[in-house]
Amino acid sequence: MAMSHRITDAEVRHVAQLARLKLTDDQVHHHAQQLSAILTYVSKLNELDVSNVEPMAHAVDMSNVLRPDEPQPGLPNDAVLANAPDAEPPFFKVIKVLGEGSGA
Amino acid sequence: MDLTQLTLVELRDAIAGGKASAVEATRAYLDRIEKLDPELHCYHAVLADRAMEKAKAVDAGAFRGKPLAGVPLALKDVLCTDYGTTTCGSKMLEHYRSPFTATAVKKLEQAGAVILGKTNMDEFAMGSSTENSAFGVTKNPWDRSRVPGGSSGGSAAAMAAGLCAGALGTDTGGSIRQPAAYCGIVGFKPTYGRISRWGLVAFASSLDQIGPFARTVDDAALLLQVMAGHDPLDSTSADVAVPDYLAQIQRLSDKPLRIALGKQYLSDQNDPAVNDAVRKAVEIFRGMGAEVVEIDMPHTAYGIPTYYLVATAEASSNLARYDGVHYGHRAKDAEDLVDLYAASRAEGFGQEVQRRIMLGAYALSSGYYDAYYLRALKVRRLIKNDFDAAFAQADVLMCPTTTGPAFKIGDKADDPLAMYLNDVYTVNVNLSGLPGISLPGGFSRAGDGGGQLPIGMQFIGPAFEEARLLRVARLYEQATGYYRQRPVL
Repeated sequence: MAMSHRITDAEVRHVAQLARLKLTDDQVHHHAQQLSAILTYVSKLNELDVSNVEPMAHAVDMSNVLRPDEPQPGLPNDAVLANAPDAEPPFFKVIKVLGEGSGA
Repeated sequence: MDLTQLTLVELRDAIAGGKASAVEATRAYLDRIEKLDPELHCYHAVLADRAMEKAKAVDAGAFRGKPLAGVPLALKDVLCTDYGTTTCGSKMLEHYRSPFTATAVKKLEQAGAVILGKTNMDEFAMGSSTENSAFGVTKNPWDRSRVPGGSSGGSAAAMAAGLCAGALGTDTGGSIRQPAAYCGIVGFKPTYGRISRWGLVAFASSLDQIGPFARTVDDAALLLQVMAGHDPLDSTSADVAVPDYLAQIQRLSDKPLRIALGKQYLSDQNDPAVNDAVRKAVEIFRGMGAEVVEIDMPHTAYGIPTYYLVATAEASSNLARYDGVHYGHRAKDAEDLVDLYAASRAEGFGQEVQRRIMLGAYALSSGYYDAYYLRALKVRRLIKNDFDAAFAQADVLMCPTTTGPAFKIGDKADDPLAMYLNDVYTVNVNLSGLPGISLPGGFSRAGDGGGQLPIGMQFIGPAFEEARLLRVARLYEQATGYYRQRPVL
């Protein structure tokens, strides 16, 4: 049976923090409603007995895929930095990382 | 001769035989794009100058004897090209210029193809209508009030409107086959791993696959031929021999064909025209001496919930790379580094992409992983087992592509769940890694306006049995002839 699954605003805020998405209060509330509806729907999977089923992460069975360990040239530095929102060659430039509120 | 009305194989042969030039063909397509695309919006970017340069090189003999010399193609804008931009339909990548070109695209270009431009799509390939593009909606060439399907809607609509001779899409849950059905053309998702994904911007890596849009099965087979094969740059690309598809699909088997029809597929939820088309297809195959067996596909209805957990979990991980630091949109005036990430992503991603990242992150988060993600992976195996059992009894499986014809622009835009349910007949094929093809299956009279709207018929084959699958699809195509019908433009 599909079970109703209510997700709270606090849970949405927690997941948004994990996903690094800055949401407004309105968006948090909207996500709570829509995710609740979707999670209620996907709980349809609880109808099935999967106790003896091996999980399948990938459609094609593959063992380790190896290649010769030979150095290859990477992209040149200017090509790598060409799309950067901010750069100081040869580096990407970000705002202050160390100190208060760094999140580090 | 209107070069834009030929099939890809016909155009290729006309150019190779000196009956038309690559420049004439490219000019004809660019003119048609200029005339029709401002209204349809199939293309996000038309690369006219580069296309004409390539066509001139073809006419100068640089690609003589190559299988696609002078053939103008369109690319979904999720495929990286080291020319133009690669936006993925997202504000996040609006100005992104890839430093490399996808392997599949490189192979097409080396075979002499002319790239006309990059097509519109649902942002990061997440959607079934192309309404999720940050750059506006694409209209269905059969009825401009309707969606072309998605997420590869721009490529499908361009193909249907005669704005390219062939096109590439990508299919994670039906994103080639569903728009092909809505636009009345051939759309083909090969086996997972058949075509390298290197240079395809990732959505859900265990499901994503590149494939062609075309007017005919032969055209699709030719495009597959050029793109298929192992690529050292994609460790999930299969090291499986590539047969001569065009030769093999024209060869008839000595044994009678066995076609399976899932009894869950003739559903009351389908548009009556869809069920009629399936019944008619059964008659057609029986008329050829084929055996049509009804089989049980008991996990059909579990595909959507499984897919929307697996795909979003993988997406939440794949899209973590958009951080506002290395490339893509960066928010101004962030307070600290975490705020920079979170604000850049909130500004750069559209609503559907954010919803899927949230769902995927939730399903993977501590305390919920077993209940959602792990359970979905187990059901994924049950779904695959249904197909394995079907292929023990039959050569290929037959199935509608969608429950009905294209819906109206705006109809499902505010109801994500209704949009997801649209994919019931396509997602299980991706979850199982199988090849699937949608081809024109007839028409539905959708009421208002009284016009005809195409519907699709889908065939599904065992892994790496593309030749068998295309052979059966070709028999259906030849018997019905629906592919000859084009929208009035």
